[in-house]
Amino acid sequence: MPMPRLEGAGSPLPDARGHFGPYGGRFVPETLVAALEALTEAYHEVGRDPEFRRRLDADLAHYVGRPSPLYLAERLTHEVGGARIYLKREDLNHTGAHKVNNTVGQILLAQRMGKRRIIAETGAGQHGVATATVAARLGLACVVYMGAEDVKRQAPNVYRMKLLGAEVRPVESGSRTLKDAMNEAMRDWVTHVDDTFYVIGSVAGPHPYPMMVRDFQCIIGRETREQMLAQEGRLPDALVACVGGGSNAMGLFHPFLDDPEVALYGVEAAGHGLASGQHSAPLSAGRPGVLHGSRTYLLDDADGQIQEAHSISAGLDYPGVGPEHSWLKDSGRAHYVYATDEEALAAFHRLTRTEGIIPALESAHALAYAERLAARMAPAQTLVVNLSGRGDKDIFTIAAREGIAL
Amino acid sequence: MSQAPSRIERRFRALHEQSRAALVTYVMAGDPDADTTLDLLHALVAGGADILELGVPFSDPVADGVAIQLAAGRALRSGMNLPGVLDLVRRFRERNGETPIVLMGYLNPIERMGYGAFAAAASAAGVDGVLTVDLPPEEGEGLLPALREARLAPIFLVAPTTTDRRMAWICEQAQGFVYYVSLKGVTGAASLDLEAVGERLAVVRALTSLPVGVGFGITGPEQAAAVAAVADAVVVGSALVKTIAGGNPGTLPEQITAQVSALRVAMDEAPRARGIAP
Repeated sequence: MPMPRLEGAGSPLPDARGHFGPYGGRFVPETLVAALEALTEAYHEVGRDPEFRRRLDADLAHYVGRPSPLYLAERLTHEVGGARIYLKREDLNHTGAHKVNNTVGQILLAQRMGKRRIIAETGAGQHGVATATVAARLGLACVVYMGAEDVKRQAPNVYRMKLLGAEVRPVESGSRTLKDAMNEAMRDWVTHVDDTFYVIGSVAGPHPYPMMVRDFQCIIGRETREQMLAQEGRLPDALVACVGGGSNAMGLFHPFLDDPEVALYGVEAAGHGLASGQHSAPLSAGRPGVLHGSRTYLLDDADGQIQEAHSISAGLDYPGVGPEHSWLKDSGRAHYVYATDEEALAAFHRLTRTEGIIPALESAHALAYAERLAARMAPAQTLVVNLSGRGDKDIFTIAAREGIAL
Repeated sequence: MSQAPSRIERRFRALHEQSRAALVTYVMAGDPDADTTLDLLHALVAGGADILELGVPFSDPVADGVAIQLAAGRALRSGMNLPGVLDLVRRFRERNGETPIVLMGYLNPIERMGYGAFAAAASAAGVDGVLTVDLPPEEGEGLLPALREARLAPIFLVAPTTTDRRMAWICEQAQGFVYYVSLKGVTGAASLDLEAVGERLAVVRALTSLPVGVGFGITGPEQAAAVAAVADAVVVGSALVKTIAGGNPGTLPEQITAQVSALRVAMDEAPRARGIAP
């Protein structure tokens, strides 16, 4: 049987140097170049190795719990009025979000490369938990960098990581959120480059991460495609996913890039509104620049200093975005839109009450836009929302905001 | 093609004739404010600095350790930005036309100003070289031609992890000098392995006729002297930045002159002590 390649391995982009048109690349200190080249080579090797693919598929099936269901949200559809809304239930994965699809893949690769120490950055804590989980399973040491601000906002996930045996290092520099956690993880990697594998959690960072994380997350879109064909007999009319760094969106979108009849909507976090300047929407309100190893849309000031992002959702609170999203924006293949904190909260409550599903605040941004979009579409049409994570981790944030003491 | 030698070339030639290694010092522009930095640049020269590296503050300095991260924060809070750094250089040149200045920073502020505009303004201000920490040469197709056009030396890092083949290729792109990163780590780390540095340095030297500087983790006179015995230039940054962070603005220039002078004296004595200099 021919080797099933990792999804995306046949994709024309990125080019050999990791460029998606003018975006992407490898803007890193020289010390990391050799490590990135070794990683790229190891990744291409496992892409040709049927044994790696079998191991990955087995882990995704029996450890993560894939395939995740594609669920028709009938009451939500009825309440919104318009297109039938399907939810891709990534919240049902082990650890409660799509993040684990990628950490399973990267940590298998780390093990294969003989690395004994795993590091990661995390925003909401979902990627940190997913990394700590897989590291525990394989008996690897794990250090997770997390902005001090996020440590406060996401206490349950911090505790989870500790239970899993990871060391959580709060990052006090800069805005004390995800971007600063990523800076600190890169500094750690520069210092321990020989024995350490850096598991980046999004389709961001230097080549090969945007490509590799995309490929590991493409399982979302691949399943969605099969499930829609099985349930509806045709492809969906639209896909909607939230975009922080953009891994859940890229994983859903990528297997549909060559299907022009499927519209793609990436939803950024508009925080207090784009006009307020307090948001996390570089594709909607930023411009191209260089951050964390790649050229991409980002939020910066007139002097080129990176600005602090804002979102109620820690997982979207990032001033950059994966470079392939920048490319999909410029090429027009995907549309990038936004939802505010308030809109996301309203969508959070609506899904919880109509469907008995508590979504992550990140995913609630996608839901907020999907409701608007569905209402403009015909009942015969369908759209798929990536329900990228479950909201248990957010109940403290939401209760506090609503003046409820838990 | 022969052009008049640059300030950097002239400085290395002069030092070579004296069998001395260059002392390259790094401070962050605008830490704690522009006027103090200007005084400090002159104080560094007075202490015996041969080449000045001037840090351009950036919000997300991934290659820097805590000392320089904090310095960048102080500089940004004082209002320093890339045009401000160039203005500092222009003011320095009013009194010093000979000491080479290399800007060290990250790409995004340069990208924001525009490559051509930056190169022209930097050259006009009196900058001699530019080291962009997060720009390996393969991503330099925009910036590097602009620098060369403006007769600014593109300076690159080579690291302990850089393969020999890649090192040769980087050395081909470089001008001014090659900056060997002495350790796997961020600036100001404290795990310098002098023996390993010496071994890798021999490889770099075989690949280029450019002077080779060594930096990251050189903290005091003893280490500076040891590195001076094997390298063409010794770069000291975080140790000076820490002095600036803890110093009294009134006496800071004197303190810095004294600190640099101690490095300079140790470096000048070292090669003879080791019997390397003629």
